[in-house]
Amino acid sequence: MNFFKPVLILGFAFLAVFGEAVLVAPRQLLGAQVDLLPVLMVYAALNADIVTVSLLAVLGGMWFDSLSANPLGVTILPLMAVGFPVYLQRDLILRGLPFAQLVLGAAASAIVPALTLLILLNGGRQPLVGWGSLWQWIVMTAGGAAAAPVVFALFEWFSHAFGYKLRTEVSFRLDREIHRGRK
Amino acid sequence: MFKQKNYLALGAVVLVAVVLLSLPTRATSRLKLAVSSWFLPLFGLASAGQQLPIDLADNVLPRRELLHQIDVLRRENQQLKSQAVQNAAVSRENDQLHTLLGWQRTVPWKLKLANVVMRDPANWWRTVQIDLGSRDGIQTNQPVLTTEGLIGRISSVSYLNSQVVLIGDRACRVSAIIENSTHDMGIVSASGPLDHSLVELGYLASSANLKPGQSVLTSGLGGVFPKGIPIGRIVSAQSIEYGLATEATVKLNANLGALEQVWVLIK
Repeated sequence: MNFFKPVLILGFAFLAVFGEAVLVAPRQLLGAQVDLLPVLMVYAALNADIVTVSLLAVLGGMWFDSLSANPLGVTILPLMAVGFPVYLQRDLILRGLPFAQLVLGAAASAIVPALTLLILLNGGRQPLVGWGSLWQWIVMTAGGAAAAPVVFALFEWFSHAFGYKLRTEVSFRLDREIHRGRK
Repeated sequence: MFKQKNYLALGAVVLVAVVLLSLPTRATSRLKLAVSSWFLPLFGLASAGQQLPIDLADNVLPRRELLHQIDVLRRENQQLKSQAVQNAAVSRENDQLHTLLGWQRTVPWKLKLANVVMRDPANWWRTVQIDLGSRDGIQTNQPVLTTEGLIGRISSVSYLNSQVVLIGDRACRVSAIIENSTHDMGIVSASGPLDHSLVELGYLASSANLKPGQSVLTSGLGGVFPKGIPIGRIVSAQSIEYGLATEATVKLNANLGALEQVWVLIK
């Protein structure tokens, strides 16, 4: 089994969460931090197996929540709510087109924070929500949309550079070879 | 249409999420600290990376600039020394008056310097992590401030680092007093999610005598924050609840968007 892609996706998710916690420039410039986990989830749902998608939802969500004041596990369900439908419909999605990647990135980046806030508010938590949240939501959506084609291109490059493809089966089989002449 | 394996994976993820969300608070916080400790090596690397340009800049600083800085620091040191002598005299006088009146003496606070190592990646909370933990004597609810003023309190502590909930988050309310003739009191609470420098000061009396520029300090009520720590200045005030109460907007003294080093008050 080729473990390169799952390891790459999870490693990138780990670094993305760390980067979001350390980099202050997007927050200072735009008033909101862009989350890359939804975009990664879209990539994983389109290009990896269901185990990787599930692992990304669980580990990515836990990493994000551990560095945040979120209750642990609250981000897992929104990530899976994005990843699972995309995974089921991935044969119908033109994943190679940058426009499709952009639209999916935007949709995922809009849905995940909205669902997370919904769960938090239903759980009796008091997150900072106001009219300014609308701007933050727009920034997160636009940021996710812009990041999606870049993330897809980056992963494709990594996969070509470091991954390997499974050996394709050929129709020729030694045990079915017809020997001509007498032995 | 759907394979059973997909449903099993979905069920497993939902189960994990539900179990995590249903865990008791203590178990969740321990698990959270365990997971966040995975990032500790990266935080070390990041702080080393931030320090490198500063060290390089120090190395290439011209001699003339260094001499100028020494001169400025020397003068500042002289001024501070003379102020310290005056303060010592005032402190002695204060102690004598306390003894004469039989007042209880204020317990002095110790300060511990901490570096801010990360911010909350979610946009709907205002917290930061600092590099001091229970190993350094940090406990929950200890006040955190900068030289400009109060910034928040410790909300959770692990062995090596702690989480600070900042003023402006709904989890950090501060009892405050205004430096005016009537010494109006109120509660500093959350503000909007975008502007980190403004907070709301509520629960003020309708007769409160508020003017822009008045200083807002901690009142000492509530038992978490000691009295007299500067919080900010009044920007505007408006009457609410049909004139039954007053609410004010306060501009924080400390810049919460650019926190690098903070002080933790330890009893």
